[in-house]
Amino acid sequence: MLYFSKLRITLISLVALFFIYFALSNFQDPENSLISKRINLGLDLQGGSYLLLEIDNEPVEIQKLQNTTTVIRNFLKSKKINFNDLRIQNKTIVFTVPIMDVDSVEAFFLDKESEINPYYNQYKSHQFEVIIDDSKFTLSLSKYGLIEIKTSSQDQALEIVRRRVDEVGTNEPNIIKRGNNRILVELPGLDDPMRIKSLLGKTANLTFRFVTQNKSDTFGTEMLQFEDGMSEAMVSKRIIVNGENLLDAQPQMNNQTNETVVSFTLDRVGAKRFGKATSTGVGKQLAIVLDGKIVSAPVIRDTIASGNGQISGGFTFQSATDLALLLRSGALPAPLNIIEERTVGPDLGQDSINAGVIALIIGFLLVIIFMFFKYKIFGLIANVTLLVNLFFLVGILTLFGATLTLPGIAGIILTVGMAVDANVLIFERIKEECKKEKNNIIAFDTGYVKSKTAIIDANITTLIAAIILFIMGSGPVKGFSVTLAVGIFTTLFSVYFIARMLTGLYVVRNKEKDKLI
Amino acid sequence: MFNLISFGLVIISILLLFFKGLNFGVDFKGGTLIELRANDKSINVTSLRQSFSKMDLGDFNIKKFGNENDFLIKIEKKDTSANAIEIIKKDLISSIGASFNFRRVENVGPKVSAELLKSGVIAIALSLAAMLFYIWIRFEWQFSLGAILALFHDVIITLGLFSLFSLEINLSIVAAVLTIVGYSMNDTVVIYDRVRENLRKFSDIKIYELTNISINETLSRTIITSITTLLALVSIYLFGGEILKGFSLAMIMGVVFGTYSSIYIANPILVKLRVSQKTILKEDTE
Repeated sequence: MLYFSKLRITLISLVALFFIYFALSNFQDPENSLISKRINLGLDLQGGSYLLLEIDNEPVEIQKLQNTTTVIRNFLKSKKINFNDLRIQNKTIVFTVPIMDVDSVEAFFLDKESEINPYYNQYKSHQFEVIIDDSKFTLSLSKYGLIEIKTSSQDQALEIVRRRVDEVGTNEPNIIKRGNNRILVELPGLDDPMRIKSLLGKTANLTFRFVTQNKSDTFGTEMLQFEDGMSEAMVSKRIIVNGENLLDAQPQMNNQTNETVVSFTLDRVGAKRFGKATSTGVGKQLAIVLDGKIVSAPVIRDTIASGNGQISGGFTFQSATDLALLLRSGALPAPLNIIEERTVGPDLGQDSINAGVIALIIGFLLVIIFMFFKYKIFGLIANVTLLVNLFFLVGILTLFGATLTLPGIAGIILTVGMAVDANVLIFERIKEECKKEKNNIIAFDTGYVKSKTAIIDANITTLIAAIILFIMGSGPVKGFSVTLAVGIFTTLFSVYFIARMLTGLYVVRNKEKDKLI
Repeated sequence: MFNLISFGLVIISILLLFFKGLNFGVDFKGGTLIELRANDKSINVTSLRQSFSKMDLGDFNIKKFGNENDFLIKIEKKDTSANAIEIIKKDLISSIGASFNFRRVENVGPKVSAELLKSGVIAIALSLAAMLFYIWIRFEWQFSLGAILALFHDVIITLGLFSLFSLEINLSIVAAVLTIVGYSMNDTVVIYDRVRENLRKFSDIKIYELTNISINETLSRTIITSITTLLALVSIYLFGGEILKGFSLAMIMGVVFGTYSSIYIANPILVKLRVSQKTILKEDTE
């Protein structure tokens, strides 16, 4: 066990050098180093913002139900079935039909090919749960219907969030899905997330609609407030153009009025519709509605056929820039709520790194001084092992691009304290064996063999804790579990290769010595 | 003797947890946490409290945090709107006038905090179960039971101390508790490993004697490892910054109790359960 061939010694040294190189590359000037890999710093160390957004899917569900009522109405009309009381009630659609038509209506809902079941083949499930009570139908979204809504609105929202964050131009944002109704946004280096928050807080649903005095408008009307909250106007529900028809939007200075405006360009379809509406509606007021509030309602003076227009509404340059950005990036499918926010300023991050490094150096020094006094020459071996172990740990974290967090640094320091355990177990065992066995080499060999099960069992228990922490933990705590787990492997490697090699070299040279340890 | 002390401590801890409860931080209770550094040295807790009480934020708590002019403000109000922090920033500057550096802002909604608490509890329960299972596979059920009772003892007393001193429980404390579970187990396993080895070797020694021998044989290792681990932890506690203080304190308590329980709880249970050579040999022949 203690004899190492030249080849093995070379191999072990090479592996050690490899990781030491990676560990050291963190401290090099990235310009000059051969491999410029650096450890990723978590948001708590480099500063930045962490936002967890939850999608409020209720409006989407309601919209879905509304669309479905139209489908049902059309179907019933086409079959000439008399229906009563078709409405949405508590997230369900209810209606009644004559008893004799119940079967044919039910068949429609069960039909796997009908437009009411768009994804039966995919999920083997109907979109709606149907309850029939005599002649009364109650439809609610099925489990899969809800999942479908959630995942599709999450996909759309993710895309929009990404566009908006990219437009603001923070460096390397990390935007990922969480569960089926949440989106996680990590913004490194951003110490004030106010602007992003306000951008993500808006759905940015833009519509152009006529202001009307006529209550019996065929499309229905609604009273909407102006953005300033001071006045309101009756607006037709007919949408002339909406945000989807927008090609571009930019903040601009209007030279005539000296006012900041948002100028927009419509796509072909939008331009055509806009031209038609403006030509028939000269003299009318056109309301520009954003998220249920009227931004402005200018009077149409002339036909606008070019598809270019301007929105004015008392903007500052900043608010015009933001509105243009929102319009360019498109509307969110549903409102987003920020349910968790953590922001760390860059100077706190730097302070944390400094404190962590100082704690690491002091902890390391305390441990190696203690080990040296306790075990002398073998303490020295344990200390060299510990140092190599530390390089391994940092090297592996760097190589695999793991994220180092403040608790992660604590994990490294803790590893320093716990890593010597394996060597202590071995040395103590060897001491015991030396009492019984005069031959040093045999005593050392037996010590290594007999301490093995205890070392492995002991390290596996810590590994189990680290794995559970990795699965259940979030953010910075996850970083802790990573360093703890990686630390276990590097410890075992350095103890069984580096320390044993050094011990072997020493013992073989001094095998005649009494009281070696 | 030690059993009685441990039993008493566990009971007291449970009573504390029940009647006094734990001081949950923003992570688990929801609310807003702000760490700020005042650039004006004359600003103190009192003047900050005055300006915060004007803001209609409900219950809040201000304390000094670390050195210099750092303060930690915790606001319990749960339905904080998206721009609540911006409003606080503005109000603070207008009422005190001095400039502040917002070093850290955490805002956790009630839904998220409930989930975090749940997953924290699950994580701890899961780790205990996993340890129980691992020891059961590697040893015998008697060992498994002894180890798990020792773990319970460590976790409950550590939490009891947190309750007694109203120390804040946040996400990193859960990490600390899990690490304590791993560490305490680590200690117990080393002694158990020796007990098992000695059980195979000696058939004529009573289990009480045998556990004593095993504990003594491994004692210097137990102590040395505890010392090095504590050295590292004390270093984190003293120099690692304010944020890691709670974490390292929990770990320090855990290591002390973990070491103690491996010797005084885990092994007496083997004696109580009348573990003998047969227990082990049965395993070997299987």
